[in-house]
Amino acid sequence: MNPNIKFVFDYSLLNYHFHDEHPFNQKRVVLTKDLLEKSGQLSDIHIIKPREAEDDEILLLHEPAYIRAVKSAMTLSKDDLNRFGLGTEDTPVFPNMHKAATQIVGATLTAVDAVLKDGATRAVNFAGGLHHGFKRRASGFCIYNDAAIAIQYIRQHFHLKVLYIDTDAHHGDGVQEAFYDDPNVCTFSIHETGRYLFPGTGKVTERGIKEGHGYSFNLPIDAFTQDKSYIESYETAIWEIAEFFKPDIIITQNGADSHFYDPLTHLCGSMTTFEKIPEVALQISNTYCNGRWIALGGGGYDIWRVVPRAWAQIWNVMKDEKPLQGLLPPSWIQEWQTESPVTLPTTWHDKTEEIPTIPRKKEIEEKNKSNLDYLLKYTKVKRG
Amino acid sequence: MHVEEIMNRNVVTLNPTDSIAKAHELLVEYKIRHIPIVDKDNLVVGIVSDRDVRDASPSIFSSADSNSNILEKEISSIMSSPVLTAHPLDFVEEVARIFYDREIACLPVVHHDKLVGVITEKDLLYTLIQLTGTHVQSSHIEVKVPHKPGILPEVASIFGKRSVNISSVLVYPFRNDPDYKILVFRVQTMNPLPIIRDLRVAGYELMWPNNIPEPRL
Repeated sequence: MNPNIKFVFDYSLLNYHFHDEHPFNQKRVVLTKDLLEKSGQLSDIHIIKPREAEDDEILLLHEPAYIRAVKSAMTLSKDDLNRFGLGTEDTPVFPNMHKAATQIVGATLTAVDAVLKDGATRAVNFAGGLHHGFKRRASGFCIYNDAAIAIQYIRQHFHLKVLYIDTDAHHGDGVQEAFYDDPNVCTFSIHETGRYLFPGTGKVTERGIKEGHGYSFNLPIDAFTQDKSYIESYETAIWEIAEFFKPDIIITQNGADSHFYDPLTHLCGSMTTFEKIPEVALQISNTYCNGRWIALGGGGYDIWRVVPRAWAQIWNVMKDEKPLQGLLPPSWIQEWQTESPVTLPTTWHDKTEEIPTIPRKKEIEEKNKSNLDYLLKYTKVKRG
Repeated sequence: MHVEEIMNRNVVTLNPTDSIAKAHELLVEYKIRHIPIVDKDNLVVGIVSDRDVRDASPSIFSSADSNSNILEKEISSIMSSPVLTAHPLDFVEEVARIFYDREIACLPVVHHDKLVGVITEKDLLYTLIQLTGTHVQSSHIEVKVPHKPGILPEVASIFGKRSVNISSVLVYPFRNDPDYKILVFRVQTMNPLPIIRDLRVAGYELMWPNNIPEPRL
């Protein structure tokens, strides 16, 4: 029997577009959707249109002054914009920015409603996952933090314990900060160490404050980490954390930028990692949450070779409990090859010869292992 | 940076006639490791560390009654005196030098002979964190440059052209080679690619990103 799963999509979500040279490109969502359709995995019965997000809902996280600044961004001075992290190289101003950013929030809330109001088991919004948005500041390509808003929304309307799992290569700093003192929301971010990479935070010692102490988990992993070490770290950590926290629902932020092709980060995962991530998420959601799982997008800057396959596999796992293997549909390659500046992959997996060899592999694995042990020190104690 | 910018102004102090027991209480209560000892005019006459107090305390193995009066002795009996002090307008790096040379971790800050603050190893370390720029969102870029006049503005102008905010710049020696320096920039952007490209095009050697295992651009 097919599970009741929903895919939030509308072309209006592509309006979240800074400019043509900007690395954040929502065309990824269209490429993913098309790959799934041409694979026979996605059809109209799955697709739901995003609803609008109300101002009140944006206010669940963001401050009124910040929302006013986003709304009037086109007319503000450079200095005024900069105070809110706007008008920068990372989050430059574009026309109708408020509307576009609000639509992303609406789409993520639609995914939440599908699961918690309308009887779906799982839902995805790959246009969402903008985890660097802060209460009164844009950063790292993110304006409104749809993930944090959705979690607040779930807390307020459904009172569920939320486990947020962030596998983006960058630290999920905005979501972490929003719930840093909240014991009902557990955040876990596995990311490339901040030594070199933006934003620089997400150290294993960041564990939350006040009542929320012990409910923020950060697992920084070394640059050039590959599948084996990544998967080991992720899998061990997330099972421990889930067992400790016992969530009612999980929200995953599925940034697809830990891949060796990704131009912005230095991690070296292959598609194997991106198959494992949703498989584990599915098992967690089945074990603790009656299957309730909402998946969001996030980073991912090789929009041709990496993101469509990585995100499509999330959907495949939601639908069939396993990722697809073998050849990609030739019709998908045909459709997009002319537009793509790089040669599109032909298989769901990465070819072995394309996976780089890393000289310091042993040291990297050792480092990751010691961070993992440190991370889990307290969950072990609490479980007794 | 001046000492007065990072010093702690709420200082816990004792008088020379207070008891060692009192010092112990304050050390525990305020989670501190040093207490300046001042006279009635707020002149610094000594300093006591948690180690001094511990040295004066009876061993946990001693029987309780034999040493019970020790902690009632005056603090002046164990305080260090005379005391090294700093001035509010001293530079932070001068204090670092004193800490390093004298192997101490705290200086009372004195102005017109009166105690106005304390500066500790911890304050210095936090300043170091700020100097590295790692306390704000940023990306890290390392450039190896010949050690010659004008090189810093030359490299910095590449960041300027991309109007990316630099949150810190550090200049490190390059191993033991006096002919080169490493410039470490922390820049407030998630997308350092355009800058990295510009630096490469301009012929600079990057230590990070350092192309393991292959060029990323």
